[in-house]
Amino acid sequence: MNPLLAISDLSVTFATDRGQVQALDGVSLSLNAGETLAVVGESGSGKSVTALSIMGLLGDSGRVSDGSIEFDGEDLTKVSGQRLREIRGNQIAFIFQEPMSSLNPVLTIGTQVAEPIWLHHKKSWSEAFEQAGELLRRVAIPDAVNRLEDYPHQFSGGMRQRVMIAMALACQPKLIIADEPTTALDVTVQAQILSLLKNLTKEANSSLILITHDLGVVARYADNVAVMYGGRVIETASARELYKNPQHPYTEGLMASIPKLDGDPGSRLYTIEGQPPDLSNLPSGCSFNPRCPHAQDKCIMTKPTLSEVAPNHLRACFGYER
Amino acid sequence: MSEVTLQAGQSNSLLAFHRRMLRDKPLGGIGGLIFALFLFCGIFADLIAPYGMNETDMRRVLQAPSLAHWMGTDHIGRDVFSRILHGAQLSVIIGFLAAGLATVLSIVLGVLTGYFGGKADMLIQRFVDAWMTFPDLVLLIVVVSIVGPGEGQIIIILGCLYGIAGSRIIRGSTIAVRENMYTHAAQSMGASTLHVLWFHVLPNVMPVVIVLFTTRVGAVILAEAGLSFLGLGIPPPVPTWGSMLSGGGRTYMYVGPWLALAPGLALTVVVYSINVYGDALRDMLDPRMRGR
Amino acid sequence: MSDSNILEVKDLQVHFPVTEGLLKRQVGSIAAVNGVSFHIKRGETFSLVGESGCGKSTTALSVLKMQSVLDGQIIFDGEDITHHSPAQMRGIRRKMQMVYQDPFGSLNPRMKIGSIIGEPLRVHGMAGDKTRYHARIASLMKTVGLLEDMAERYPHEFSGGQRQRICIARALALDPKLIICDEPVSALDVSIQAQVVNLLMDLQERLGLTYLFIAHDLSVVRHISNRVAVMYLGKIVEEADRDTLFKSPKHPYTKALLAAVPEADPEVEAQRAEQLIIGEIPSLRSPPPGCTFHTRCAEAMPICKQQAPDCRTDGASSLVCHLYS
Ligand SMILES: Nc1ncnc2c1ncn2[C@@H]1O[C@H](COP(=O)(O)OP(=O)(O)OP(=O)(O)O)[C@@H](O)[C@H]1O
Ligand SMILES: Nc1ncnc2c1ncn2[C@@H]1O[C@H](COP(=O)(O)OP(=O)(O)O)[C@@H](O)[C@H]1O
Ligand code: SF4
Ligand code: SF4
Ligand SMILES: [Mg+2]
Ligand SMILES: [Mg+2]
Repeated sequence: MNPLLAISDLSVTFATDRGQVQALDGVSLSLNAGETLAVVGESGSGKSVTALSIMGLLGDSGRVSDGSIEFDGEDLTKVSGQRLREIRGNQIAFIFQEPMSSLNPVLTIGTQVAEPIWLHHKKSWSEAFEQAGELLRRVAIPDAVNRLEDYPHQFSGGMRQRVMIAMALACQPKLIIADEPTTALDVTVQAQILSLLKNLTKEANSSLILITHDLGVVARYADNVAVMYGGRVIETASARELYKNPQHPYTEGLMASIPKLDGDPGSRLYTIEGQPPDLSNLPSGCSFNPRCPHAQDKCIMTKPTLSEVAPNHLRACFGYER
Repeated sequence: MSEVTLQAGQSNSLLAFHRRMLRDKPLGGIGGLIFALFLFCGIFADLIAPYGMNETDMRRVLQAPSLAHWMGTDHIGRDVFSRILHGAQLSVIIGFLAAGLATVLSIVLGVLTGYFGGKADMLIQRFVDAWMTFPDLVLLIVVVSIVGPGEGQIIIILGCLYGIAGSRIIRGSTIAVRENMYTHAAQSMGASTLHVLWFHVLPNVMPVVIVLFTTRVGAVILAEAGLSFLGLGIPPPVPTWGSMLSGGGRTYMYVGPWLALAPGLALTVVVYSINVYGDALRDMLDPRMRGR
Repeated sequence: MSDSNILEVKDLQVHFPVTEGLLKRQVGSIAAVNGVSFHIKRGETFSLVGESGCGKSTTALSVLKMQSVLDGQIIFDGEDITHHSPAQMRGIRRKMQMVYQDPFGSLNPRMKIGSIIGEPLRVHGMAGDKTRYHARIASLMKTVGLLEDMAERYPHEFSGGQRQRICIARALALDPKLIICDEPVSALDVSIQAQVVNLLMDLQERLGLTYLFIAHDLSVVRHISNRVAVMYLGKIVEEADRDTLFKSPKHPYTKALLAAVPEADPEVEAQRAEQLIIGEIPSLRSPPPGCTFHTRCAEAMPICKQQAPDCRTDGASSLVCHLYS
């Protein structure tokens, strides 16, 4: 089976005041239909840029300098702007981190949910509005039909994020990309939203890319995981395999540094020394080498590439003795 | 202000600072140079002016610019260049004193109302609202016609006029700074209000103050010119750029265009230079902009 | 009160006015903190957890007297500070310091690091002569793992984790007895969180500090605390020592909160039955009658809608729920 989405060797550069910054350096990912892929990594590791390049939303300063993004048999880096807009509206939907700023404050919720349906599905306005009510009910907004006339500020953060999910689902996309959809919300609401997202995508057999920095969220909701560091994917595997058997020193350190519920409270946590790298000034060779306890001479000279260490388990590291 | 660094960079020397400005912000640097030249001319007008400001020479009336008279002469044979220099002196005095007064007034009003808020702030803001609905020029004309023209009056009137209006801007940024966690942190460590205002609020509204002051210097010079143009400014025969424009400048526009061009250009160049210099100054004094 | 307590808060009430219209007419009030009582022993870490808006920060600010208190009592280090004047509080503030959530906003961008760390000393006239002052700053920086030559730099040159270290150094400058940490690691990356958590624990051991720790990340709370109180809509609903609370939570809200936090282990997650807490936190402007949690409680009974449950306490733990009365 061909994957629904296959990103290979994607490089993205941004033009900044201080010259070209390479935000992505040879990123490769793939995702099958109906699957949930979590992308994890520290702030600035390139998670959002990866998502934005799939959507073709890099803006004026960003540019795909190399690589391809195959979506359902089409290379999104090559298609026309017109075609990209079609795909964006119909087949790929995006859910942003900040549900407040993604809704227009002066339009009612009903109008905003109905509009894309009306636009893309050539339905009458009243039909679209009715369907909007149905969608809001599906995302579990209580008393949905009566709240169509409400404005965004009358909704709580969690409800706004539900609205965003409803809008994303409206056109039955094949792929939903959610960029930290619950970072701004409470844990209780986060659990509600993510379960909802997961169940609805499963029902529709859509795929989901879940961008997050919360390893607990990954463990609960993801099938596969890609770990990013300094603009590169450094390890990918199924969620179970990755947690049980992390193969990259960074992933291993990350797993060890979160307090476990069955861990020893009061003990010291494992720490990855040093700071996340600065993209405009990346170390040579493996960009993790200044923080890596296993770094060798080779790591400073050459960049490791992704290679298989177990079936479906790739890592970018020269290997080390544990 | 030993602890709070308002100086830029490691080098505290004014010269090195401006050399860096010329390199990093050339427009602002050139603005600064012109501003310095203007200050110099203003301060040393008596020494550099080739002729006295009211020295008339009826044999040389309305002469076009020449080597002897760089900017020509006016209708009673006075050297325009010398008069421009003396005008600069007045502009410097009025500009700096009135803008200084305005800025101090704005800071005091803006910082106090912004920081403390409450009922007093409400009342003062309504007053400022009312004040700002009067057109500047009308207010100026009314007041001058009551107290009469003169240097002192003009400084005080312009200072109050711009000071009260500018307090709004300072108040706005004071509120923004007050809401910052670092002012909160200082309060929670037991710092006195004065300490918080001096070390945390003031330095962080300073960028706004700098821009406010420089734009005010420009605005005051323009306003004074406007008043003099209307005959409400400094009484003749003292030369000011405004009265030069309205006097000889307007009457002899066609015979001697240099009479209007010289003060007009001087005004434009100086006011523009001060503004770009102020902008550059604000950017350079921000530690976050260093090394960019 | 016993000497072993550094802080005792009794029946704390903090209300905010609700205003309406242009004239800011007061039309009511909300009880952001509504009868909160707890005590913190010397040298321990006491945590407050709960959803956002439940009153954790307001409680912390009241302890610092940065927030006016409607009713209740705050006893710090054996001294009733509830009605202290600002002047009296100056002395107290030396002994209580705060570390904030946002390491970017809580440092003055126009001050150098050394000057920021030394500020509490200057404020309290304890800077002494120049050499002593600089030596103190250097030693504070060393304590939190910063290099001495960083003192001349500005905050924007530092990363989030380093900034939080600067905030901690500033809080330590006056040798405080109690440090209030309001979500100190929430804004940091996972790999940096562990560094700061370890630092806080090391400092507690070395300097005998007491922490009031506010967080919503329950795994960090469990790791660092001795005792934990769970807040809901301005009230503490359950308080217990760490192991009891995490191993056998009793209050339905505590259980729901624990269930909502995903464990970083897919195997555990696969076995865990997902039990979602329904709805969202109600508005403080119109809190539900009876037990305020009944609108979302899976175990609510008829009495819960009518009558607010009492607090049952046995000294070590306390619980506010009809199921246990
Ligand atoms: N428009 C842009 N111009 C220049 N650089 C950019 C731009 N957008 C992103 N970058 C850079 O690309 C890198 C990756 O950014 P990205 O937003 O993907 O990070 P992220 O992994 O999503 O982090 P976070 O967890 O903070 O959201 C960062 O170093 C960022 O500064
Ligand atoms: N200065 C204030 N004015 C009005 N309401 C406030 C103020 N500060 C906090 N509140 C309200 O009090 C409640 C508790 O807030 P807070 O203590 O900050 O919650 P958290 O538990 O997230 O720290 C919230 O409903 C909040 O909106
Ligand atoms: S390649 Fe070398 S430096 Fe990089 S992670 Fe592997 S061992 Fe460490
Ligand atoms: S008192 Fe009733 S509603 Fe409240 S938590 Fe207990 S069981 Fe639930
Ligand atoms: Mg991002
Ligand atoms: Mg808070």
